[in-house]
Amino acid sequence: MSPNDAYLMLATFLIPLGTAVLLMLVPSKERSAIIGITALASFAMFVIALYLFVNYDFEGPQFQGVKAWTWMENAGVLGERGIQLKVGMDGIAAPMVLLTGIVIMPGTWVSWKLHHRTKDFFILLYLLVAGVFGTFVMLDLFFFFLLYETAVLPMYLLIAVWGSTRKEYGAMKLMMMLVAASILIFTAIFAIFTEAGLGTFDLPSLFAADYDPRMQKIFFPMIAIGCGTLGGMFPFHGWSPDGHASAPTAVSMLHAGVLMKLGAFGIIRLGFQILPEGAAFWAPALIFIGITAALYGAISALRQTDLKLMTGFSSVSHMGYVFLGLGTLNVVGMTGAVLQMFAHGVMTALFFLLIGGMYDQAHNRDIPNFSGMAKQMPIWAIFFILAGLASLGLPGLSGFVAELHIFVGVFRAYPIVGGLAVLTAAITATYLLRMFAAAFFGEFNPRWSHLHEITWAERAGAAVLAIAILTLGLWPSPWVDRISTTLAQTIPGVAL
Amino acid sequence: MSDLNFDYTLLIPELILAAAAGFVLLADAFRRELRLNRTLLPGFTVLAAAAAGLSSLAWLDTTDDFATLLAVDNFTAFFRVLFAVTLVTVVIGSYEFVAREIRHQGEFYAMLLLATLGASVMAAAQELLTAYIGVELLSFSLYVAVSLAKRDTRSGEAGLKYVLLGGVASATLLYGLSLIYGAAGSTSYAEIGEAFAAGTANVELPLVLGLVLVIAGLGFKISAVPFHMWTPDAYEGAPLPVTAILSATSKAGAIALLLRLFSGPLLPVKDDWQWMLAVIALATMVVGNLIALQQTNIKRLLAYSSIGQVGYMLMALATVSDASASALLLHLGGYTVTNLAVFMAVIAFYNRQRSEAIADFRGLAETNPYLAFVIAAGLFSLSGMPLLAGFTTKFILFQAAAQDGYLWLVSIAVVMSTISLYYYLQVIRLMYVREPDGAPTPDPQTGRLDRPNLRWRTSPASYAVTALLLLGTIAIGLYAAPLLEAADDAAAVLFPT
Repeated sequence: MSPNDAYLMLATFLIPLGTAVLLMLVPSKERSAIIGITALASFAMFVIALYLFVNYDFEGPQFQGVKAWTWMENAGVLGERGIQLKVGMDGIAAPMVLLTGIVIMPGTWVSWKLHHRTKDFFILLYLLVAGVFGTFVMLDLFFFFLLYETAVLPMYLLIAVWGSTRKEYGAMKLMMMLVAASILIFTAIFAIFTEAGLGTFDLPSLFAADYDPRMQKIFFPMIAIGCGTLGGMFPFHGWSPDGHASAPTAVSMLHAGVLMKLGAFGIIRLGFQILPEGAAFWAPALIFIGITAALYGAISALRQTDLKLMTGFSSVSHMGYVFLGLGTLNVVGMTGAVLQMFAHGVMTALFFLLIGGMYDQAHNRDIPNFSGMAKQMPIWAIFFILAGLASLGLPGLSGFVAELHIFVGVFRAYPIVGGLAVLTAAITATYLLRMFAAAFFGEFNPRWSHLHEITWAERAGAAVLAIAILTLGLWPSPWVDRISTTLAQTIPGVAL
Repeated sequence: MSDLNFDYTLLIPELILAAAAGFVLLADAFRRELRLNRTLLPGFTVLAAAAAGLSSLAWLDTTDDFATLLAVDNFTAFFRVLFAVTLVTVVIGSYEFVAREIRHQGEFYAMLLLATLGASVMAAAQELLTAYIGVELLSFSLYVAVSLAKRDTRSGEAGLKYVLLGGVASATLLYGLSLIYGAAGSTSYAEIGEAFAAGTANVELPLVLGLVLVIAGLGFKISAVPFHMWTPDAYEGAPLPVTAILSATSKAGAIALLLRLFSGPLLPVKDDWQWMLAVIALATMVVGNLIALQQTNIKRLLAYSSIGQVGYMLMALATVSDASASALLLHLGGYTVTNLAVFMAVIAFYNRQRSEAIADFRGLAETNPYLAFVIAAGLFSLSGMPLLAGFTTKFILFQAAAQDGYLWLVSIAVVMSTISLYYYLQVIRLMYVREPDGAPTPDPQTGRLDRPNLRWRTSPASYAVTALLLLGTIAIGLYAAPLLEAADDAAAVLFPT
């Protein structure tokens, strides 16, 4: 990766930010202009993300395309290189950037259907995307956290204004839980900066600094819970099913698909990379939380009848696998965790896209109300089944690759937990297959004869996500190479 | 003080303010005879404030003093500019408001000028009595300004309450200062510092008593808990522009005075007062933010939220180091800009809707999207959300306090800052999620509706002022380096290395 790719990394978050500002200047009536601008911007983000992912050379140094611009230094608490705008990617950030690029494009397409304050919606959505991209490529702790919070900030209005079912409640619950979780991250960041004593927020310097093991053990859980809340970590996931159920389609897609990964990414960046001894100490707790979340989410999903709530709990379960993989402390398991972040991202985005495409027509998401939908909406059903099969880990699809890595890692570290993890996969298969049988097959319910096939924009978006699912499932090595080399190089104490 | 050939040029900014106040009063008295244009008084006030602010830049990076009573250095310049900016914005942003809602406009503008003068003296003072005169000049001007609202009985009540309680606080402060004088044997900051550095064993009791009284008296001025009781009533009763000055100039002046006092003459006895400030900081941030949760009037909400903000600033005062002093000045700058943005937007709202009830902000995003955006951005900034001034300045402020060993207090401050988001979100929810009065709900199928045109526009003056303040809020949020460097230069005066 050439040093000039740093400008492309800047572009990943400056494009959405600039688009948001540009949209403010466009009159709300000019729908075609809004659609044109967002089409262009989302396509550009997708292409850049793909280029950055492909160009990351896993045989090269850990951080590539690093470039720093001095922002503030030598004043007050800040020493040399105090706060810099510093970008760069490692093999963990690369797939996350790609994931964001893949999800935002269909997310933009399906949002063109909105007619209520469309412009404001895109401004907030792109602000969120800017925050997400920025967090993934940022190598300065101050900007990392600034952009992390930027990704959370627009959620309240996005859900409260454009959402459905109990939207104000869902929005407020989500916002307050996420911001409350940030309290822990804030505190941990201050402690890390003070303990490192370098006067800089430069992340690579902070990775290399020495921290007292006791301090690491105190502050790792703060980061794990603070970021974990955004990652839907059990038992701090309360905002997630309600938030997802009430959010509009594109927001659910981005939120479950990308924003929750920001949480897990934060645990890796701030937890594992800065405080490795703390992480090693608390790894068994991550295993416990991970397996509990996986089981709890899967069992709860069994009981849900609202499609979105089911997907929401299924997300809690799948994110449980991520924490399980991280807790194994071996490269296979942790690679699986990052793979799962990607796999769950594209899969769940596809789920929410399809649920939204149906709900916009039917205004109903209750599974028992549907049957034989495959006859009325075959294309929709095919995509839905593909996402479902990826979710339950069918070989050849993305979920399988990720879960296989995690299971291997867990069996190596904690064989009994590995058994429970496989049980979870079985429960996942149960609720998904049962839902397919109930909703897609069987006798067609004539109440839904007015429903149409999903729109062309939705089909195209679903196709993009489906291609991602298939590519990772059939040709996982580009992902595995990047992730596993970075993990093995950078996290001390992680066994091969 | 042997030399009587004082360099009066050092006081040019203050002299400009004083002369302008006198001119405004006289011009107002003869306005009928002279057939004065009604824009003359505010226009002249703005010019005077701008001249005072600009002329104070002449002493950047120099250190001089006026007969050891007033110091003229980067610290003073920082505050002179801050106060000038505040006055200019408030006068421009509230021009229409004043024309309609204020009795005795001449007195109003003169009082604002004198309040600014008092605050400058507080920031520059190098001697206890001079500081006290600054405090009283600021306070008396504001006592009058608070009660100048037309047709609003709350205004007189607020003025009376403020003057009575303020009088008690001033007496407390004066008593405290006299005890410190007794303990140190001098009123000059430099000599007090030397006296205390030499040992305080035999004056411990009057010293501690004096510190308690000084903190109580100045705590009243910055509305620190438990001396905050007057704040909500005074804020609510005062005309909006005066509320803005109360929350900006008055607080910043007292903070400047505290900073000079505690980082200089009282630094040697820091063990005696550090815990007091920490406890007050804790109480202030907790009480301010919790009571704010229940407010229904936007001015009272902002009053309690400003109490909460003072809590964060007191935390930095308690940790007293050059890093936390510069962070405090940075935060003060960011807070002033953000807070003024909110106040000027609320004034623009009031000009049109004649209401201060939070419930009346319902649907503002439909009726005036620009103003709703300014208020939302300002409130998000006050709660410390990113891309805005509040995030960056709080981040640096909290980091500085954490670095000085107050991580426990910082973690509580972060919790309180999160709670503050909840009540700010209530206002934002009303503006963005609710429909305005008289608007039909959109058709759920198509989202289209034929709504009556409820849009209204902000006046050009309000528009310009709020836009500038909004840009300032965003600029500080994204690139705080210039302000941080200015703050650092100002703080460096207090902690010479």
